[in-house]
Amino acid sequence: MKKRIWALLLTALVLSAVLGGCADGSGDDGAQSTTPTRAETNEIVVGLMNDLDDSLDPHLTVKAGTREVMFNVFEGLVKPTPEGELIPALAEKYTLSDDQRTYTFTLRQGVKFHNGQEMTAEDVVWSLRRCAGEGQDAPLVEAFAAIDAVEQVDASTVTVTLKEPNGEFLAYLTTAILPADYTGQDTDPVGTGPFRFVSRSAQDAIVLEKFDDYWGTPAYLDKVTFKINENADSLMMALQSGAIDLCNHLPTANAAQIGEDFYIEEGAMSLVQALYLNNAQAPFDNVLVRQALCYATDRQEILDLAFDGYGTLVGSSMYPTLSKYFDETLTDTYSYDPEKARELLAQAGYPDGFSMTITVPSNYPQHVDTAEVLAQQYKAVGITVEILPVEWNVWVEDAYTGRNFQSTVVGVDASAMTARAMLERFVSTAGDNFINYQNSDYDTLFAQAQAASDEATQVQLYKDLQRNLAENAANVYIQAPADLVAVRKGLEGVVFYPIYVLDLSTVRYTG
Amino acid sequence: MKYVLGRLVMLAVTMAAVSFLTFAAFDLISGDPATAMLGTQATEEKVEALREELGLNHPLLVRYGSWLAGFFTGDLGMSYQYRQPVGELLAPKVAVTLWLTLLSFLMIVVVSLPLGLLSARYAGGPWDGLWAGVNQFCMAVPPFFTGILLSYLFGIVLRWFVPGDFPGLEAPGKALWYLVFPALAIALPRAAMTVRMLRSTVVAEMNKAYVRTAISRGNDRGGVLWHHVLKNALVPVVTFLAQTLAEIVAGSIVVEQVFGIPGLGRMLVASISGRDYPVVQAIVVILALWVVAAGTAADLLGRRIDPRLKIGGRV
Repeated sequence: MKKRIWALLLTALVLSAVLGGCADGSGDDGAQSTTPTRAETNEIVVGLMNDLDDSLDPHLTVKAGTREVMFNVFEGLVKPTPEGELIPALAEKYTLSDDQRTYTFTLRQGVKFHNGQEMTAEDVVWSLRRCAGEGQDAPLVEAFAAIDAVEQVDASTVTVTLKEPNGEFLAYLTTAILPADYTGQDTDPVGTGPFRFVSRSAQDAIVLEKFDDYWGTPAYLDKVTFKINENADSLMMALQSGAIDLCNHLPTANAAQIGEDFYIEEGAMSLVQALYLNNAQAPFDNVLVRQALCYATDRQEILDLAFDGYGTLVGSSMYPTLSKYFDETLTDTYSYDPEKARELLAQAGYPDGFSMTITVPSNYPQHVDTAEVLAQQYKAVGITVEILPVEWNVWVEDAYTGRNFQSTVVGVDASAMTARAMLERFVSTAGDNFINYQNSDYDTLFAQAQAASDEATQVQLYKDLQRNLAENAANVYIQAPADLVAVRKGLEGVVFYPIYVLDLSTVRYTG
Repeated sequence: MKYVLGRLVMLAVTMAAVSFLTFAAFDLISGDPATAMLGTQATEEKVEALREELGLNHPLLVRYGSWLAGFFTGDLGMSYQYRQPVGELLAPKVAVTLWLTLLSFLMIVVVSLPLGLLSARYAGGPWDGLWAGVNQFCMAVPPFFTGILLSYLFGIVLRWFVPGDFPGLEAPGKALWYLVFPALAIALPRAAMTVRMLRSTVVAEMNKAYVRTAISRGNDRGGVLWHHVLKNALVPVVTFLAQTLAEIVAGSIVVEQVFGIPGLGRMLVASISGRDYPVVQAIVVILALWVVAAGTAADLLGRRIDPRLKIGGRV
């Protein structure tokens, strides 16, 4: 009898807890309508598919996803515009010496760091020297190896002298200027950008707030919260439920399901998706085989099947948003022609085709899908494809760094907004030449491009380099994927850059 | 006393084994933390420098030893990825997962015990087939699918909560309400399993001679079920529930992802793929502790229910 009473009591307790929970929930509902909306508090929530699981120190940050967000927090002497130009930022103006080796920067006065300190010439010199590797074995920022000296001339002038003339070096001076000797950058970063860093909770959220003492055009929004959600389905759910207001890099397959509260802004990603071929491994050491693969590839079908029709076809290692360098005429170097592919294969000594593997990082579903479409297309010319999905880290270690792969589908981007950043990796001796491209013409052209004194010549040489890659079928070039951003109606001002950043300072509520 | 001592020794041995095996496992699988951290910017010199900095160049036993030393002095190390002390990083995640686990365990117990008994009581009745079907269905649906379904139904259609907007434990009422839905997704298959388990042990017990005797002597069926059968049938169920307590944590890994809850499961997945050893190691130890604690609790409870277990007898 006693036990039965206990059981009853327990049941009652649980029931009341559950019902209490319900009541509590509906109570919250009521409260929600009285708590101000995000439009009223002038803040937004941005959905992110990747966590910022990295050092937040901009000189040590490795991951593109981290840079993309922290672009709002940090600035360099110059900064990029959406058109791909560089404009003065923390430097008010600069001049280049006649021997093209020394930049003289006049610093902007009255720039404040997020911690309230004023930016000084000492901070600039400290930051640049730190990137150049002062006191360390190697430069923190690779390109800064080109620096010979960084000197402070007076309180508002700093000179940067290069070892040799380098027309594109300015692009690297977008690197963040930090307060000298501040040691907390790893987890509590301090910069000069339009937003200041507030907090990060791993696998959860990053919070930025408007920086009131910003020197330039202030941000419209008062607060931006980035919510991490690595699962595409739950991300869509969060869009539909109203949990997030903006989400970039939306998988194309989800674009149709965003619902009527959102609209899509379409830009192009600054990367080149291709079937990258290991040029040192048979049969891809044979140019005929590589060309055959190009002819056997129906790129439009890849866009249609794996990207819902979104994307811009490319024919070499350059993406259209770097419009100054992009050579449109290369896009159709190889049209889809399986007959021609079979002929070339026969000519190369593979009349019955061969077997090949495509290594693909499994965390990128769109690359996996692309590999699957390719496998189908290559079957038509007698090539049997085995797809090897691997973890991202394994891909980096084995395929990219170890160059131990036959072919791989990935997107390759540029670390800076220059043609050089895209094309230098295919020089025979380049450390990141993961496809083992060896072409003496290419090496010569690249050296000429570096030595070119006027811009027009240089641009032409960069186009010649792209043509070299296309004609030698260094890789099977596919496309520059579309960058889809879902934006809640009532918000505007999303702009795209030719580098991987998400600028939130221009985003605002309408009306 | 002797029992407690035995348990403690077992705990220590389990923890040592688990933590060492985790260490060793990471030595075997491919993927190096330094390369993982540097990504496509990894050059040989950079990787080497970072390996040195992280102490990865020492032999396995030395690394394990220094980790153990740190563990006993309360220092779990720094996260490679987040450059933050592991303790500070994980504390809020542990709290979230603990709440999620307890909530879904509560649901399992509250739902499955009465349902299990009822279905045993009416075993062989006209609704039996339907019951078995529903039960089978609930067991078969994977939690992530249930999770998406629940988010859609309660989040998008009914708007009872906002999927993807976990309020955080600073608002305990709202947070618990949010957790009800993921807890349900985790609880459903386990509750169905518990019902089936309870039902079959009760039915087996009901067919034993002592039950037949009791009933033939004029006791009513319900009374016999409640006073005699349940006690005997409960021991394996309690053990099963202890396993459940451990398995909920595994279920929460996926469900946390679906509902966007910043818990231990998501941290575990992220830190494994990022090869963030100090974080993985700490989480594994927490989970092992959890499993051992659940086992001990089940053992103690079993001894309460069936005193024969105490003197080492067999049932």
